[in-house]
Amino acid sequence: MPELILADFHVKRLQVLNEKGEADPELLPELSDAQMWRMYELMLLARIFDERAVALQREGRIGTYPPIRGQEAAQVGSAFALTGKDWLFPSFREMGAHLTLGYPVAQLLQYWGGDERAQKAPPQLNIFPFCVAVGSQIPQAAGAALAARYRRDPVAVVTYFGDGATSKGDFHEGMNLAGVFNLPLVFICQNNQWAISIPLKGQTASASLAQKAIAYGFEGVQVDGNDVFAVYRATRQAVEKARSGAGPTFIECLTYRMADHTTADDAGRYRSAEEVAYWEERDPILRLERFMEGRGLWNPQKRDEAAARGAAIVDAGVAEMEALSPPAAAELFEDVLATLTPRQAGQRKVR
Amino acid sequence: MAQLNMVQAINLALAQEMERDDRVLLLGEDVGRDGGVFRVTEGLLERFGADRVLDTPLCESGIMGAAIGMAAYGLRPVPEIQFMGFTYSAFEQLFAHAARLRSRSRGRYSCPMVVRTPYGGGIKAPELHEESTEALFCQVPGLKVVVPSGPYVAKGLLVAALRDPDPVLFLEPTRLYRLLREEVPDGEYLVELGRARVARQGGSVTVVAWGSMLERVLKAVEGYDAEVLDLLTLNPFDSEAIVASVQKTGRLVIVHEAAKTCGFGAEIAATVAEEAILHLRAPILRVTAPDVPVPLAKLIDHYLPDVQQIRSALDEVLQY
Ligand SMILES: Cc1ncc(C[n+]2csc(CCOP(=O)(O)OP(=O)(O)O)c2C)c(N)n1
Repeated sequence: MPELILADFHVKRLQVLNEKGEADPELLPELSDAQMWRMYELMLLARIFDERAVALQREGRIGTYPPIRGQEAAQVGSAFALTGKDWLFPSFREMGAHLTLGYPVAQLLQYWGGDERAQKAPPQLNIFPFCVAVGSQIPQAAGAALAARYRRDPVAVVTYFGDGATSKGDFHEGMNLAGVFNLPLVFICQNNQWAISIPLKGQTASASLAQKAIAYGFEGVQVDGNDVFAVYRATRQAVEKARSGAGPTFIECLTYRMADHTTADDAGRYRSAEEVAYWEERDPILRLERFMEGRGLWNPQKRDEAAARGAAIVDAGVAEMEALSPPAAAELFEDVLATLTPRQAGQRKVR
Repeated sequence: MAQLNMVQAINLALAQEMERDDRVLLLGEDVGRDGGVFRVTEGLLERFGADRVLDTPLCESGIMGAAIGMAAYGLRPVPEIQFMGFTYSAFEQLFAHAARLRSRSRGRYSCPMVVRTPYGGGIKAPELHEESTEALFCQVPGLKVVVPSGPYVAKGLLVAALRDPDPVLFLEPTRLYRLLREEVPDGEYLVELGRARVARQGGSVTVVAWGSMLERVLKAVEGYDAEVLDLLTLNPFDSEAIVASVQKTGRLVIVHEAAKTCGFGAEIAATVAEEAILHLRAPILRVTAPDVPVPLAKLIDHYLPDVQQIRSALDEVLQY
């Protein structure tokens, strides 16, 4: 008996902007100059925010913080394709996506300062709280997508996670649900190539993460995650597909975490300076600057002005965060239940 | 003898047992090259090689399930779960499989492994990094639960746990990792599982604590004639020692950092009510965290029992 081929697949990789900042005109998404500039400003804002957050941690003004340096294109590029109506299920390392959607700077810092009042998303945004338990947000996003479909709401649900999360059962169960129910769900994996000290090859033996989608019956694509246009293009398509009822997409943004895993980590223990230097040359902000310079949209003076505006926004956020009074002990009991149990009520009274 | 902190003491116990018994091996997220996020396994990969110190993918249920298979096969795996809050995703493996393998297979298979995990609050870390839900695990027959309170006992208990024929959950109080230094013998010694330790002698009130609360209790009882019991093993726990002490002092205060309702203090109180109620001269009091999720840094000091709350409870039972 001849063997039958039951499945045959290939995995695509998308890049629009190369390392020199040259774009493929066929693939360049339709964006006005003003929109491109806005993307740039948001990436810069994310970088400035991140640098400031790390400094604040070092000064003891906030707690442990997970830096996003190097992942600005993956975050801003993807979130730029969303609206406030879409639902976001983040992990803990997507502050660039939050900033793109207008999440207040002060509130982001307040959270990393250890104040969970900050997890209450502003009413115009459908953003779930930061999720520290790796991967557990993924099946929750599948649930929200099921609900959106049930309500016939033309929204997309987007969940963010890292390469490490793809090893968790929750990832696989969420992917399977999305495939079986053809859900309006976009999986955005920021493959920053490290899960604390474990490199990608310690996480998976497959040649790409994108191909994992194939086993669940839907499209997976790898994009250059340091190329903001590729990320935007892929996300835009996936989100439109989701909103129109055509099902889920998995997007692997191949990027790099240039900083330590968190401010409590020392990445020098497990990875080489050469590797980091290699990726610093592929800095997503640098790449966009080169492209915009070629279009006459960018020069060092405009960058400095934009950086000053970003710094002012972050300064204001820091000041606002530091002016907040600390939560009172009774805050422990806020929203634990709609109505406190009698024992909780008694415990609250004595605090 | 060297003055070691708890990280070093646990590291030493692991190294010595790995040296002695080639069935002992470690697995978990970041335990190898990085030496664990708290550096507890530092140097062990270099010393014992990648066959015995396995950096795994990020998969708690996978780590726990794999350890069960290894143990049933005859090894002595030591799975590390990076923080207690992430044992929850391994619950099914731990509860439904590790804890009942011996019973389910009517003794054909057993599951000798030591699950190590940092536990408890007070380090101002992110969500799920400061959990103290030890009572959940004590509810499961077939699983031993051990909580050291300092470097010396940590080493001896860990060696005992590694030689135990059944699964042991070894909870390492994170706040204590580097807080205390003690003389820790280099030579072999075991601290028997299931036995409490009298941390301080006294005659008028018994205080029972474990893990990082012990350090706080010892501060709080200064100036009181209090006997302090360091429980060390929560399942099986040393009810004899507790009852004997209560028979002597007539008063009992239990201190734990977990939420009050269904906390392990309830088990102790119920046991004393069953076995020694006529010796009590005052109600049993529990000093615990409130019944709320473990908060982030800004509120953690309002969550954990403090010295003053412990003193108030002592005053209350002494003046009853
Ligand atoms: C379930 C779970 N296990 C372990 C941890 C501890 N931890 C926090 S982040 C992390 C690595 C995550 O890697 P990845 O998913 O690639 O995301 P990245 O941090 O690189 O953004 C680990 C092991 C956790 N938060 N949750």
